[in-house]
Amino acid sequence: MATQDAHAAHDTGSSRYFVPNPSAWPFYLTASLALVVYGVATYLEDRPYPWKVMVIVGALLAFTVIFRWFRGVALESESGSYNLQVDRTFRWGMSWFIFSEVMFFGAFFGALFYTRMLSVPWLAGDGAKLLTKLMLWPQFEAGWPSNGPAHVGGEFKGMEAWGLPALNTLLLITSSFTVTWAHHALKDNKRAKCIAFMILTVALGATFLYFQATEYAHAYTVQNLTLHSGVYGSTFFMLTGFHGLHVTLGTLMLIIITIRLALGHFKPDRHFGFEGVAWYWHFVDVVWIGLFTFVYVL
Amino acid sequence: MAQAQDAHDHSHDHDHDHAHGPEKGIMRWIKTTNHKDLGTLYLWFSATMFFIGGLMSLAIRAELWQPGMQYMDPELFNQFTTVHALVMIFGGVMPGFVGLANWMVPMMIGAPDLALPRVNNWGFWILPFAFTLLLSTFFLPGGAPAGGWTIYPPLVLQTGNSFPLLIFAIHLMGVSSITGAINVVVTILNMRAPGMTLLKMPLFAWSWLITAYLLIATMPVLAGAVTMLLTDKYFGTSFFNAGGGGDPVLFEHVFWFFGHPEVYILILPSFGVISTIIPTFARKPLFGYASMVYAMASIAFLSFIVWAHHMFTVGIPLAGELFFMFSTMLIAVPTGVKVFNWVATMWRGSMTFETPMLFAIAFVFLFSIGGFSGLMLALAPVDFQYHNTYFVVAHFHYVLVPGAVFGIIAAVYYWIPKWTGVMYNETLGKLHFWLSAIFINVLFFPQHFLGLAGMPRRIPDYAVQFTDFNQISTIGAFFFFASQFIFFYNILRCVLWRKGLQPAPARVWEGAHGLEWTVPSPAPYHTFEEPPTGIDAETPWVAH
Repeated sequence: MATQDAHAAHDTGSSRYFVPNPSAWPFYLTASLALVVYGVATYLEDRPYPWKVMVIVGALLAFTVIFRWFRGVALESESGSYNLQVDRTFRWGMSWFIFSEVMFFGAFFGALFYTRMLSVPWLAGDGAKLLTKLMLWPQFEAGWPSNGPAHVGGEFKGMEAWGLPALNTLLLITSSFTVTWAHHALKDNKRAKCIAFMILTVALGATFLYFQATEYAHAYTVQNLTLHSGVYGSTFFMLTGFHGLHVTLGTLMLIIITIRLALGHFKPDRHFGFEGVAWYWHFVDVVWIGLFTFVYVL
Repeated sequence: MAQAQDAHDHSHDHDHDHAHGPEKGIMRWIKTTNHKDLGTLYLWFSATMFFIGGLMSLAIRAELWQPGMQYMDPELFNQFTTVHALVMIFGGVMPGFVGLANWMVPMMIGAPDLALPRVNNWGFWILPFAFTLLLSTFFLPGGAPAGGWTIYPPLVLQTGNSFPLLIFAIHLMGVSSITGAINVVVTILNMRAPGMTLLKMPLFAWSWLITAYLLIATMPVLAGAVTMLLTDKYFGTSFFNAGGGGDPVLFEHVFWFFGHPEVYILILPSFGVISTIIPTFARKPLFGYASMVYAMASIAFLSFIVWAHHMFTVGIPLAGELFFMFSTMLIAVPTGVKVFNWVATMWRGSMTFETPMLFAIAFVFLFSIGGFSGLMLALAPVDFQYHNTYFVVAHFHYVLVPGAVFGIIAAVYYWIPKWTGVMYNETLGKLHFWLSAIFINVLFFPQHFLGLAGMPRRIPDYAVQFTDFNQISTIGAFFFFASQFIFFYNILRCVLWRKGLQPAPARVWEGAHGLEWTVPSPAPYHTFEEPPTGIDAETPWVAH
């Protein structure tokens, strides 16, 4: 490959593109994730292997790798390795990643709409399905919340919208504003103000999660609303659960960004790490508005 | 930059001191962030999976040599049909296409690499782990998943020990596909050389841009569907349990909302390959470049509104049958545009018939057969007869093997001189082509007749009157499989046994256009660190 030297020659100058060095982190990350899922599979099927060891070791390794990998990227960014084109790459990449997350939630929203608008009414004889009702469950009447004609999980009470969930809506919407104010403060080079708003945002996110946990506890202990409560319980807990998971992740990311701000990272005109996390935070906010509308209110 | 590159022996200043040549040994492949290395890894992974999946299909065809049970119990037969499909789709065709995208997209658009090279490495290295998990299930008590690759509940929920590994393997494959797709989209949107406008891009890049969009939009939906299966089985949810108010048909809707775009994910990159090869060997610019782009975009759009044609017999409302029948038939329009354009490109061309061109022409002809049987299956009332018969098997194998797989083979012949710097053996290539083209038809054409006569798919035993056509099909399968070793040998010659082979010039094919032909063969480890110039000369498909 004689041509390589020629290419190496102009590489020592200012190459237009940033091409990272080889890295073993992706391989280690996959290996540790494979260990985690093998452990979980072992647990689910009750197989005679030490699943706890696999899950804990795998998860610790995965966290370590993710931390080191992202730390490397942050340091590269701070060292000025990334030009405007790399910045655009990150913007596009984050946008498409959020789009994929939207589609993931779409699957569960689809399940909610389908069961609520179609399968539950059909089971109660709607449309052409009268025979279904007569032959299988003549007593069943459609309605929502529903745990189906077999009353899976027993009697339960659906979730009310206008208590904690409404407050949580307020909290998340407020946090979208505070993170935007933090962004403006960063752009105006007012770092202390920015950090203060970030701490406020993290606090709002954490409070949301605390209320969500309280709501779950109440559902399980008082309302007999569990993951087993038929299709209402399934859609309720899967939708809000995955959302809660994303809020948790988002809060962690906000904390890391706040720490980076305190360490002096980011510049008023160059701070995509901040913006990417802010986008993600707005995304979980928008998903929550969809959840509040379709899961709680309607 | 005090991080990952500890082992790296360059000095760490603040300039971009990335590796100029590959590292040595196994760590080169584990740590590589180079699009060519990763393309090579993807392609070899794909070849390995084609081999494993092919062995399973031979086991299936051997069992179907005659009625009655010969070599295996029905349970193992069902495991083979299920895992054969998963391995071929997610392990063979998709990584094959991603490998081609890795190698060719940056070179075609004048970029130095993919936009996110480390993520690219991650996307590849997920695959060996995911398929190790999936294939390891054969050795678990109860064996591998046997409910069909479409994993419909409630049947699939009866899977034993292998169930969670199946689900997690699919999750991992999804992560791999999404990361790979984001990488390709971002590369194409952000890394094009100055002057390479979107409508000057080679069609292979266009086909991958659209494919990647489909992947990002649908793989998360599959992840959601299999997650619901997991919670239904282990955590007491009722998504697919009518007693709890759910519906097994819900799974089919969610699955096929992923599954139908997935079908086009499996063919669009081949469209791009064929649209590249035919103009080269017809020595004419592609006929109707812009209409090709619009046709692919239309196919991608329509793929989101046709999913229930996989479910005509499940009991969806009449309005649904009609809507999905008509929307499905609409796809014939953009597909017809594409086939017309390929033929019109050849019309009055100065044609030669090197191996890539032979595979490309066979693609146009045989893929159209698969398209026509697809049109038949799209007719809801007729589908009631065809559903779950070997006619369906024949249909989708016609679009997948002489469609998707011939596209990959054609691409390998077309670009392997660029990858390795030497010419493959044309005589062996032609022999490989003719054996493949003949035996693929011996293999799959009789399955149309079997299906129309009523032989159900996914059943290891059959009525005696189906024996003749099954035996023809099995003969075709074994000869087709054997023919691929010629291909394998031809590749190995270029890669390992290169002594005395004819070196390839930069522009390997005299009629070829595109930036990849402006760099030497083999392409240097890093291409286009400086943006290329002279793009207009390499894009004859647009009027300048």
